[in-house]
Amino acid sequence: MIPILIDGIAYGMLLFVLASGLAVTLGLMNFINLAHGAFAMAGGYVTSVLMNSHGVPFLVTLPVAFVVPALVGAVLERTLYAPLYERSHLDHVLFSIGLTFMAVSATTWAMGSQQQLISLPGWLEGRFALFGIAIGRYRAFLIVVCAALVVALQLVLTRTRFGSRLRAAVDDRRVARGLGIRVETIFAATFAVGSGLGGLGGALGVPMLGLDPTFPLKYMVYFLIVVTIGGTAGLAGPFLAALIIGVADVAGKYYLPELGSFLITLLMIVLLVLRPQGLIARAR
Amino acid sequence: MTDQSIFLSASKPRHDSDAATRRALDDLRRVGRLRPAELLFWGAALASFLVLPGSHLLLSQTAILGLFALSLDLIIGYAGIVSLGHGAFFGLGAYTAGIVSVRLTEEPLSGLVLGGLVAALAGALTGPLLTMRATDLSRLMVTLGIATLLHEGANQLTWLTGGADGLSGVTVAPILGLFEFDLIGTTGYGYCLIVSFVLFLAARRVVTSPYGLSLRAIRDNALRARAMGIPVAARLVGIYAFSAFIAGVAGALLTQVTMFTSLDVLGFERSADVLLVLVLGGVGYLYGGLIGAVLFTVLQDRLATLSPQYWQFWIGLILVVIVLIGRDRLAAVPVRLRAGLSGRKAAAGEGEA
Repeated sequence: MIPILIDGIAYGMLLFVLASGLAVTLGLMNFINLAHGAFAMAGGYVTSVLMNSHGVPFLVTLPVAFVVPALVGAVLERTLYAPLYERSHLDHVLFSIGLTFMAVSATTWAMGSQQQLISLPGWLEGRFALFGIAIGRYRAFLIVVCAALVVALQLVLTRTRFGSRLRAAVDDRRVARGLGIRVETIFAATFAVGSGLGGLGGALGVPMLGLDPTFPLKYMVYFLIVVTIGGTAGLAGPFLAALIIGVADVAGKYYLPELGSFLITLLMIVLLVLRPQGLIARAR
Repeated sequence: MTDQSIFLSASKPRHDSDAATRRALDDLRRVGRLRPAELLFWGAALASFLVLPGSHLLLSQTAILGLFALSLDLIIGYAGIVSLGHGAFFGLGAYTAGIVSVRLTEEPLSGLVLGGLVAALAGALTGPLLTMRATDLSRLMVTLGIATLLHEGANQLTWLTGGADGLSGVTVAPILGLFEFDLIGTTGYGYCLIVSFVLFLAARRVVTSPYGLSLRAIRDNALRARAMGIPVAARLVGIYAFSAFIAGVAGALLTQVTMFTSLDVLGFERSADVLLVLVLGGVGYLYGGLIGAVLFTVLQDRLATLSPQYWQFWIGLILVVIVLIGRDRLAAVPVRLRAGLSGRKAAAGEGEA
């Protein structure tokens, strides 16, 4: 029971880091970015290539797995995404599906379609006992790293000048612009950080979720579920949703393996029908 | 896009409402008449049947894809419901037709109708989930979720669906006891064409009726439509079920023509492909799906010979480029061309109705 709970929490935390970028673009900037998984995949491949071909240690690859997708995200945001913010949701969907297909094919072409494997450093392998409960070291590592990221994100969003500018820009672009806030720059920076976090999540997820070119399509639904169920008011909702989904998915696969992803999808539909705005909706 | 719904939303003085109603009905009747270009389109479809006997198999696929995209156009273009899981109904129809053939009867029309009805029932049952306070995003997720559930379900119910191996053993008796399905697909293509044409006429009748007009009013402004007394939820569920019926029939056609069905009829890629098909042809004038299907088939053929493994890359690129250029700007090109050719001003809304 408790190992499953811990597994679920680790999985949920990982999902949150993966989806937090989407929570920002979708929740705050109102752009339905189905291609978010492609940035996560980029991070995963950065780590895998650096480790396997260049022998870089795992921990050192993580910042790179953040920076590369963030730069790509910043460039794409300025060139392709930004002109589409005001368009219809159908346009967002079409555009980002197209981008996802391109990313999947291009990755297959460049890297091959096989699973990417990385070998974790010894101190992250195996288990250790805490109060008599065996806990996977990597799971514990994930929980610690992701929890730190969650706290950092929340602090940036609520306590810094950047955070308050971002919230102002989201609430009312025109007024924010009138106050001298550089909305475009803030959006670009936010998109870049979101993509970077996705990439970091992708890198952290390689040992747990696997990595192959279909990653963006395979996990797209999960990211979207986290954000839609969580609601678009801030990061608390998606965080809660990610934990619920992580635990429910791991428990479901353990106790009722024949149901597969049935449970999680059903949970999503029920929650969305009951609360279309998500668990924690913005007060209006 | 604003077209005739102006008549509904215009702030006419009250005593004028009879005249406005009459004008709206006249307008609908005018739009409801078949235009020469439409006859040309169906004439070309008939000609393809006679002139291209070697490509009947490919053409059947095109007709099925076109019909499927047409069903999607009904909900996206006319009702404004964005769906990422329309493949659910296509797949339901495909599996129903297959199971009917394996377990009940090999007579094709009953499988076709049952496939459509099962899909329509599913549409009617899940439609209400999309109307209650739904946002675009929650609709996307719910439709995607339902398609995922069905995919999982078909995967697990191996005794019924054949699971991951697909449903084999589908046999189809001659249509009406007269026309036997042949290897080069001539009967199949004729069958697909006739079914598509009949359903197209039905869909056309629906969207050029006052009912269709009320759908467009809902699409353009649901709040205002409700304030005018249009039963928004009932209308949306109705068109959703109708669209599901057509998608189901398209799926059933695929099963009957290929005598096989497998899990990929329910896959996400199919729902995404049909979106591309519709966008290629243009949203919101019924022919978009059909024309898009032809373009898509040609593209797929060319791109697959160019780089068989990576044709999805080019599909993605096309989607991105279409959106970046702007769908409405692309849709305006034929209208402008025609205006330039005939030297008169083409009405802006004409290409859409």
